Amino acid sequence: MSAGKISGGRYMRRKAVNVAMLVLSGASAAFGLFWLFWILGILILRGAPALNWAFFTQLPTPPGMAGGGLANAIVGTLMLTVLATAMGVPVGLMAGTYLAEFGRQTALGRVVRFVADVMTSAPSIVIGVFVYAVLVQPMRGFSGFAGAVALAVIMIPVVVRTTEEMLKLVPNSLRESALALGAPYWKVVFRICYRRVFGGLTTGILLAIARVSGETAPLLFTSLNNPYWNFDFTKPMGTLNVTLFNYAMSPYDDWRSKAWGAALLITLGVLCTTVVARLVVSRTQIGRS
Amino acid sequence: MNLTVTSPPPEITRSGSSTEAAPARDSATQGCDLSGKALRIEVRSLHFYYGTNLALKNISLPIVSKEVTAFIGPSGCGKSTLIRCFNRMYDLYRGQRATGEILLDGQNLLDRDIDVTSLRARVGMVFQKPTPFPMSIFDNVAFGIQLHEKVSRSILRERVEQALHRAALWDEVKDKLKHSGMSLSGGQQQRLCIARAIAVEPEVILMDEPASALDPIATARIEELVEQLKERYTIVIVTHNMQQAARVAGYTAFLYLGELVEFGETEKLFTTPRQARTRDYLTGRFG
Amino acid sequence: MAEPSPAPAENRRPSRKAPAPWGDIVFKGSTTAFAILVLALIGTICVVLYSKGHLAISTFGFKFLWNTAWDPVREDFGALPSIFGTVVSSLLAILIATPISIGIAVFLTEMAPPWLQKPVGLGVEMLAAVPSIIYGMWGLFIFAPIMARTVQPWLKSTLGFLPLFQGIPMGIGMLTAAIILAIMIIPFIASVSRDVFSLVPAMAKESAYGLGATTWEVIRGVVIPHTRSGLVGAVFLGLGRALGETMAVTFVIGNAHRISASLLNPSNTIASTLANEFSEATSPLYISSLIELGLILFLITTTILALAKFMLWRIEAQVKGAPR
Repeated sequence: MSAGKISGGRYMRRKAVNVAMLVLSGASAAFGLFWLFWILGILILRGAPALNWAFFTQLPTPPGMAGGGLANAIVGTLMLTVLATAMGVPVGLMAGTYLAEFGRQTALGRVVRFVADVMTSAPSIVIGVFVYAVLVQPMRGFSGFAGAVALAVIMIPVVVRTTEEMLKLVPNSLRESALALGAPYWKVVFRICYRRVFGGLTTGILLAIARVSGETAPLLFTSLNNPYWNFDFTKPMGTLNVTLFNYAMSPYDDWRSKAWGAALLITLGVLCTTVVARLVVSRTQIGRS
Repeated sequence: MNLTVTSPPPEITRSGSSTEAAPARDSATQGCDLSGKALRIEVRSLHFYYGTNLALKNISLPIVSKEVTAFIGPSGCGKSTLIRCFNRMYDLYRGQRATGEILLDGQNLLDRDIDVTSLRARVGMVFQKPTPFPMSIFDNVAFGIQLHEKVSRSILRERVEQALHRAALWDEVKDKLKHSGMSLSGGQQQRLCIARAIAVEPEVILMDEPASALDPIATARIEELVEQLKERYTIVIVTHNMQQAARVAGYTAFLYLGELVEFGETEKLFTTPRQARTRDYLTGRFG
Repeated sequence: MAEPSPAPAENRRPSRKAPAPWGDIVFKGSTTAFAILVLALIGTICVVLYSKGHLAISTFGFKFLWNTAWDPVREDFGALPSIFGTVVSSLLAILIATPISIGIAVFLTEMAPPWLQKPVGLGVEMLAAVPSIIYGMWGLFIFAPIMARTVQPWLKSTLGFLPLFQGIPMGIGMLTAAIILAIMIIPFIASVSRDVFSLVPAMAKESAYGLGATTWEVIRGVVIPHTRSGLVGAVFLGLGRALGETMAVTFVIGNAHRISASLLNPSNTIASTLANEFSEATSPLYISSLIELGLILFLITTTILALAKFMLWRIEAQVKGAPR
């Protein structure tokens, strides 16, 4: 290599382009985080004042009246999420187990994996329309159950894929050594493989829960909304998300302020679940090594 | 009951095979007198396929009861494939199949009707890398026992302790039986796996390069342990380490490119190999 | 039998439990059934949407796709304004989000010091976790007024000669929706891009560094060519997300059933039409038309997502096939 090449202007230009590009990449990272902090800042600024004792304990007031709270919607959101988890997670776990344990090379496995992948990003509002068509219309009424089904349908592909990915991390030698003791396959999977990736499975389920607890679109015309206490899944059920939508679009200041409170609460819930999920997985990874 | 061979076993192994043995294998088990020895396993003209790919060609050999038999050979020679036939581990994978016979106490374990779970209770296995289950040390050992037997808590505890004793691990773990099996060192983990295998009280223990992931000190402990275990169990060990075979095994089989080249008493095989390929391998001309 | 230390059993002890192969049959059968259930789900969605949208399909035929009317009173429905809004807002969002996302991926894989990688990665992930409706609310009350006061008037005064930037700067409208969509899909494109970047064999990069290449030259010359189809997959994934995004868009797009050249004007997307009108629709034909809209959205997004998946698979296969 000649010395001229190194010290020449060409070298300086390459260096400059390099620095410029790297600065740009750093700037785009900063750009992304900028929005995050802006949104979170606004949420805290506007939402925190609305979060008082009454917000958590009282029912909504009639339109235009100040005071009251969203206790029913908070409980409704929790109830829907629990029911959706109870329905969606077992289905997702079992189907994901099929993919990892029996379907790695089979045609069915490939198709299901593909479909689950596509469904993970499918528009949630269409799932709402679907559940409306199969549950709300035939049953002649909006219901909490329909909302939970819609959320479960959204959860399933997420759980399927994480379950598969996690079970694939279990080394085959572990399966073999359990089988070599004469264990039946189902015991190997449930007692050894699941336990080995317990942290990862928990993370997957938590992320799926985080995902659906922020969903509004599929609830708009399934569980609808309800300003009163309701513990009956066959009736419309109030949720924080749909209430937030209605309140934010309303002309009443008090309602808008409650909407900010609800927004802060939802976001905190979702982000905390996400962070906890991440911590679970990183802790199990430390335990592994 | 043990199958006691009354006539010289090389004849037995060959007359048992339905297909005509090729010349190379004709001589594979020659010069090895097993008369009066109890055979635990007899392999008869075993072929093994990965899909359409023939990985083991017409293998016939005896495994002597309460002895250590080593399989040696360069990597890819089929020694691991062979050992995985003894507990039907290949059943797990599509497209892998074996033909021929492997008689365990006179019963062909390649038979479709054989229940693999109870077969695997009789034929234990220890793998290349330690594979502790994600549970406590105690539960690791208890796992296999509870699979096959319903025992009271106190008997279970005694059996676990005994298995850990026999695996020469008890003294190191007796105060931390509730700790995770994965918290142990590599050598300890491997002895835990051995304890787990013998807790089921198998007749045969298969060891697939059990020391290849361990340091020399841990390896020496495993070899010592193998020496002790052969008093109670029939052991088949795969190793890429010829010295290891020479140290622990009473009998050695040399495999090359899916064929059994030579089988015999370890001392004879190492000192006076009958086959040119064995000699070349032992003197390091290939592999 | 009480003796806990028998020698290796020569005969099977009677206390051994009988083997239960049915357990494995049930296990395999039930997991397979659930896998088929997942498959059946997507099939059912298509069939149900088609059958419930059949009234609209048979009433309007293919004209539905290019009819610009949306008149619940006269029951004359057409999908074109919604489709136009969906496609334009998503493409615009992709245009904004792609370079930034790839920049973030480059930052995370090649440039950030290790102590920064984790927090920045987590921050980007949080951006993805913030629910859609929060973006919508923030967009409507915080971002749109800023657009109306500063960005849009400035665009009008500098680029106002273009039909793209005419009209009243109201804050809400196509451009605002597209920017918010872009922020929402950045984390998806960035994280997939980061994953495909990390698939590049270290040896390929090192050999370029070994020739004296700068970091940027390695990225441009080795990393990006190596991962091109993966990056296209990432962008398509973002596009699929943007097309179906509902709540955020519903808040800020203005909800007007019209096709306008100007990005400052209010518009509509399929998803926002559904969110706004579905629970208020009364007549069967109205509901059926909305369901047909849902079917169209579902088909567009699944096609785009399937393409994305296909390209990501291809790159994975490529990398796995190549020696590391």
